[in-house]
Amino acid sequence: MKRNIPLAAALIAALITVGAFAAGQKDTGGTAGPAGAGAPVEIVFSNFQGSGEVSVHLDAMVEEFERQNPDIKIKLETVGYNDYFTQLQTRIAGGKAPDCFDLNYENFVSYAKKGVLLDLKPYIDSTGFDVTALDERALAAFSADGIQYGLPASFSTVLLFYNKDLFDRAGVSYPTADWTWKEEQAAAEKIRALGDRYWGLIHPVHFWEFYKVTRQNGGALMNEAETRFTMDSPQNRETLSFMVDRIRKSNVMPSDAQMAGAGEWDMFKTGRLGMLVTGIWAFPEFARDCTFAWDVEVEPGMKEKATHFFANGLVISKDTKHPEAAMKWLAFMAASREAAAIRVNAGWELPAITDETVLADYLTKDNPANRKAVFESLKYIVMPPVVEQASEMTDIVNRSLQAAREGTKTPAQALKDAQAELDSKIKL
Amino acid sequence: MPHLHRNKTEGSSAFLFLLPSLSGFLILSLVPVLGSLVLSLTSWDGLRSLSDFGGAGAFLQDQFVGGAHYAEILGSEEFHRVLRNTLYFILLYLPGILVLSITAALILNRKLPGATLFRVLFYIPVLTSWVAGALVWKWVLSPEYGVLNNLLALVHIQGPGWLFTDTWAMPGIVLASLWKDIGFFGLIILGGLQGISPTYYEAAELDGAGKLQQLYRITIPLLSPTIFFVLIIAVINSIQLFPQVMVMTTTTGISEPRPSTQVLVERIYRYAFRYYKMGYAAAFSWILFVIVFSLTAIQMRLQKVWVHYES
Repeated sequence: MKRNIPLAAALIAALITVGAFAAGQKDTGGTAGPAGAGAPVEIVFSNFQGSGEVSVHLDAMVEEFERQNPDIKIKLETVGYNDYFTQLQTRIAGGKAPDCFDLNYENFVSYAKKGVLLDLKPYIDSTGFDVTALDERALAAFSADGIQYGLPASFSTVLLFYNKDLFDRAGVSYPTADWTWKEEQAAAEKIRALGDRYWGLIHPVHFWEFYKVTRQNGGALMNEAETRFTMDSPQNRETLSFMVDRIRKSNVMPSDAQMAGAGEWDMFKTGRLGMLVTGIWAFPEFARDCTFAWDVEVEPGMKEKATHFFANGLVISKDTKHPEAAMKWLAFMAASREAAAIRVNAGWELPAITDETVLADYLTKDNPANRKAVFESLKYIVMPPVVEQASEMTDIVNRSLQAAREGTKTPAQALKDAQAELDSKIKL
Repeated sequence: MPHLHRNKTEGSSAFLFLLPSLSGFLILSLVPVLGSLVLSLTSWDGLRSLSDFGGAGAFLQDQFVGGAHYAEILGSEEFHRVLRNTLYFILLYLPGILVLSITAALILNRKLPGATLFRVLFYIPVLTSWVAGALVWKWVLSPEYGVLNNLLALVHIQGPGWLFTDTWAMPGIVLASLWKDIGFFGLIILGGLQGISPTYYEAAELDGAGKLQQLYRITIPLLSPTIFFVLIIAVINSIQLFPQVMVMTTTTGISEPRPSTQVLVERIYRYAFRYYKMGYAAAFSWILFVIVFSLTAIQMRLQKVWVHYES
């Protein structure tokens, strides 16, 4: 037993050290000391939405907010999206959570269910924030188990983008809001027939598309109460077969190998792609780079219409020392006309507000012309399943979809395997 | 005895001088490493802080799962798959890197004009960041437009789909890794080569040994300590395979690498930072440690058979 002594000693040492750290944290937790009379309160806002070119717009929001609230100072901590969650996780676990921060929809659920977020209700009441200023569905997306943990910072949706020039050359009439998969497929085939360089459409076969496309066909990944997975259904099989056949049978859509590492947006911008199903955040870039005529339409449905809803949320750490000040900042970003105007003018995602005068500015902008499709699309939104193990679920489904896409499994087999794996690994 | 006394003061002052780096090691490496051992016995999500549980004792009481993670990992299909993938990588990579870096070193060791320039060229990939290198290799291995498949087409070979297929993705990653590491290991072996005294070759030549015989009888045996070092480092690096997989075999919209290229470290990262299963990830890390440790120990044993130390 001699050999175990160093191990036991190490364990004890580790525990003591961990304990010491924990004790030390109590005093240093939070990010700002109690504000003295007159001294402004400092709120740390950790975010990914302001990374890159759009940072100036977030700065403009902070400036306006601080002008309106001289007693609050906002300290921005902007981190690129790829590193954001790793960094945030470490900070929270280390007891150094920022006062408030961005969360995307998938991570929101994980964070909310792990109990690291503040229930906003008391502070919505105490600051007198009028929640009806926000889109009801967008607001509902950031509640979990009946508790409002976040406000929607912005939302976006996915549309059918199309290259008008290619439609003209192929002699196909432009998409309309009434299109179904059938018209879409017929148009894609005609554009594909223009030559080897041209592709009919790209409609990615992964979790974030599949959950929605199968809803267009009356299928779903989970039952309505979200108590069990329903991957292996006839509707899902039909949907996946349809999506996969566009790559493997009619080949109106390029396979990963045929894409050869090129991005979907690049394919569209180089004028080789008839249609692309992608997010409205592509507007500024396409408007800048496309040398041909293009427009957007609501995504085709089948048995019914179903469209995407993406939102980024704003949440407050349960450990913040200044919940009210943080709440004011969140409310300003999410619902104020000033912040909304900044977002709209920058063409940076849409504010989730109900104030139509601000949105009117958005509609009158050109390129794409059919901007009302954005709001039309919101009539049919379907939400992805909400589970605590969101990333794990997404990976499992994606693995199966990839196998189907590449033909290593039939769609039926892929869905069956996904169902089995989800059942064994995801706790509902 | 003044002599002994001096040694004692020397010892304590040496300790004082070592303290800065030693404390860095203790605080930044040893403590977290041991901490991860404790974590591997818990179901911590990597998100809630200790104060959320009300201290270390309450944390352990609430989250302790004993060896459950270890049992679950060792029994899972996933662990065996990623272990197989990792071993497959080593199987392809190790012979390749040994042959190529020894060859590169032998060439660079000859007194050719421009040798210094070539040494620099060989070493450049080592200095390149893996992300940049992997992106270039993604393009080199592109099935239709890639350099490699176009070269193969010149000799009428239809190249495979490389990173887009389960079969060829790992060999593709091996190619990129070889390119990246030849410079590093080549330079180490070159150092070993230059440490071999020319008198051996002169003597061998007088005895009538040919070039090939010199290689097998003199160069390789005298190089064996260096090769041994290279082997140990290469195996440890291979087991920790990570960035090339993450960059080369993930597709747009899909966040994890394809199953045939998922490897041990990649899984640890995923469980810790994507699935919020820090305890499980910590257990995975300790299993990785045991694997690295045993492979290194086996190699240490085996060296007695083939490594030749000059004395």
